[in-house]
Amino acid sequence: MSLHTIVLVKQVPDTSNISGEVMRPDGTVNRARLPAIFNPEDQEALELALRLKDKHGGKVTALTMGPPNAANMLRECLYMGADRAILVSDRRFAAADTLATSYALHKAVHRIGKYDLIFGGRQAIDGDTAQVGPQTAEKLGIPQITYTLEVQELDLKKRTIRAKRAIKNGYEILESPLPVLLTVTKDAAEPRPFDVRRLCTYKRAQSRFEIEATVDDSHDLVWMDELLEKAKTSDLLIETWNIEDIDADVEMCGLAGSPTKVHKVENVILSGAEYKAVPATSEGMNDMIAELMRDHIFG
Amino acid sequence: MSNFFSENADIQFQFNRIDLSEIIQIREDDYKQAEQYSFAPRDYEDAKDNFKRILEVVGDIAGNFVAERAREVDELGSTFEDGVVTYAKGLQEAMIRLNQAGLMGFILERKYGGLNLPISIYIFAIEMVSRGDASLMNLFGLQDISETIENYGSEEIKAEFLPKFSTGEVTGAMVLTEPDAGSDLQAVKTRAYQDENGNWFLSGVKRFITNGNADVNLVLARSEEGTRDGRGLSLFVCYGDDTVQIRRIEHKLGIKGSPTCEMQFHDTPAQLIGQRKRGLVAYVMALMNGARLGVAAQALGIAQAAYVEARRYAQEREQFGKPILNFPAVADMLIKMKVDLESSRTLIYATARAVDMHKVSEMELERLKAANESFVEMKDQAKHWKAIADFLTPLSKYVISEKANRICYDAIQIHGGTGYMHEFNVERHYRDVRITNIYEGTSQLQVIAAIGGVIKGVFDEQFDAFEAHEYRHEARQLANKLKKIRVLMDKCKVHVLDKEDKAYQELHSAELVEMYGSIYVGYLILEEAAENSRKMLIAKKYIMDALATAMHHTESITRGFDTLFADVDQILTKE
Repeated sequence: MSLHTIVLVKQVPDTSNISGEVMRPDGTVNRARLPAIFNPEDQEALELALRLKDKHGGKVTALTMGPPNAANMLRECLYMGADRAILVSDRRFAAADTLATSYALHKAVHRIGKYDLIFGGRQAIDGDTAQVGPQTAEKLGIPQITYTLEVQELDLKKRTIRAKRAIKNGYEILESPLPVLLTVTKDAAEPRPFDVRRLCTYKRAQSRFEIEATVDDSHDLVWMDELLEKAKTSDLLIETWNIEDIDADVEMCGLAGSPTKVHKVENVILSGAEYKAVPATSEGMNDMIAELMRDHIFG
Repeated sequence: MSNFFSENADIQFQFNRIDLSEIIQIREDDYKQAEQYSFAPRDYEDAKDNFKRILEVVGDIAGNFVAERAREVDELGSTFEDGVVTYAKGLQEAMIRLNQAGLMGFILERKYGGLNLPISIYIFAIEMVSRGDASLMNLFGLQDISETIENYGSEEIKAEFLPKFSTGEVTGAMVLTEPDAGSDLQAVKTRAYQDENGNWFLSGVKRFITNGNADVNLVLARSEEGTRDGRGLSLFVCYGDDTVQIRRIEHKLGIKGSPTCEMQFHDTPAQLIGQRKRGLVAYVMALMNGARLGVAAQALGIAQAAYVEARRYAQEREQFGKPILNFPAVADMLIKMKVDLESSRTLIYATARAVDMHKVSEMELERLKAANESFVEMKDQAKHWKAIADFLTPLSKYVISEKANRICYDAIQIHGGTGYMHEFNVERHYRDVRITNIYEGTSQLQVIAAIGGVIKGVFDEQFDAFEAHEYRHEARQLANKLKKIRVLMDKCKVHVLDKEDKAYQELHSAELVEMYGSIYVGYLILEEAAENSRKMLIAKKYIMDALATAMHHTESITRGFDTLFADVDQILTKE
């Protein structure tokens, strides 16, 4: 049986490159000005999935829930080697917290059908919650291995996977039956570069939104269908699903399905006013280390 | 961390203005290849978009992956143990990465798994890879080896070897040099002989072979027993199997990541490429021309790396209370470096385009002949571009590798004592660049290859056209200076030719080639300046310096010693 891996990916604002233009005068970040990038840990998750495909064959499907422009990241998945890209996008998904997001994703996974593995990044750099992977696994009723550092063995006959995961002060090795969801920590697998042949091919891959944008009023819906069909037959369609396509309950999606409410946003300003001189002696160093350990900054 | 393509303004400038439409239309069979290959372009705009995307990938790998490993590759070098050559770890990783991106069949046709890219685009890629790590160029930048098989091999040989090059499954080596046959390849002794069934075998010793541990070797060998010159040599392809013994690798000044091997062939089974006796005179000459342009790009890439280091250091380093960049002597060095870099790029991309034009003209010529159509015009066009490519290739190799050496030299000078230390990258660049004006033909040999073009006046008509062009304002003054260089150049040429003294002509060939080339490059930069006002500053510095140099050369040629050879023994005392 051939291996089918689904990779959960997310397009995020590049929070690592916050420059002057992006900061508002009140100290908050203007997200619209930040470039959108492939969430780094999701890219590593895709790399791990592709390495398993290199070794065992099979298929990799990239799945995201996001705004229409997340198609850019899905194209990057295709450039790296994903076989199929799915964009779950609908205005009614907007403002989803992790619960509503994992709900929609698990519905999308149901629609995809059979799979052996699901990979995702540990967390996204915009929210840093690390909840969507685990919640999706729970909703799908499958085991999960979080903080994966390395896949050590995949046995398709026994249908098991062995992975090394990070824990505090070390690592542990877990074995799980398939299907299983794994979240991947950074530095697990340096993502491969784009394959230039795939790049020149899939630069033409388009989502339904993008195809719609090329159709003006003078065209009819039949024309649109023809374009979609053409993209599909030439393997250049980024499948685009809305709430109905994944058979989701509207009440459980977007803002309505999100119990998380932001109570208050506070600016934390770290002032450099206070400082403490540490004498440059072993004693001074030891005192400082002891103090940091007391404050649970170390250890 | 930087992308050597998208973050290099001058490369962007050259890329945006290069017009390859005629070339691509022919290489893509009028864009019919798109019907068969999903990654083939559908029109020129699409092709240029592909080039941009591909070069962005190369620029990313070179800038963010290769460059980070270059120091370690230099320190570890290639190692040799029990007859086996091992690349430095960083070099191995870089090769894997280039393979993952699918970049190893860069210029091969798609039917052999290649990307079907023109030389012009390949040169951009080589420049960037070399900036990342000069020694990696010798693995990435010698794809001319597979191109030679593509150009001259039989259909069976092509089908056997080329797809393996495209996937990166094999690397290649051009195996020419021997202990007694360096610049003079006519002296090659490695023997090629046939058994009673007509199978070829190779036997002999080769030396200084870049990447001699490769999986596939292209070997120049003497197939005609009893001959002594180039006409007795043929070209062969063979695997680097057990019959090919690596005897040692060299310990070198630079490009330490690239292994330089001494090889012995023990009755190695081989296949003939093309026709017998044409090995050196036809195929190796073509192969070397491709490799020469690659080395020019390598030199340019190293020089770019050295310039960036020097420019940054000059700004950061403070002495006497200010950045050393603010001292005229330092700023002047940097300006000279930058003008040399940009004018080198102008020259190399004009050369690459001429090579591409020659290649597609030959392709068209073959097509017309096969279709029984009139081909007289195309034959003239192919001849025209061949003459230009044959002049510009050695000119580029000569001028750019010499300038790159100077740039790396000055980059250390700007660093002062620090630059002499191993911890600073300029020390490595200085060592790496030193080979570029030696291998694939020394500068002295490039001059010999280029002087014919000067004597024949390959650009005379084009210079006439440039001179007839109406330039405005500043450009007019500069164009007048170029006219002046041409007058000086002609004066020198007549003076040299009138002597009818071969030694005297050889003695001054370098100056003539340099002057003639500078007129051409000068006009090209003026064209660039019409599109970009900053380039006018580059044109000004380039042309003013070229004029001063031309005046100097004129003085030395027309008023200097007739020849020093008569007095050579008196001057060159033993100590």
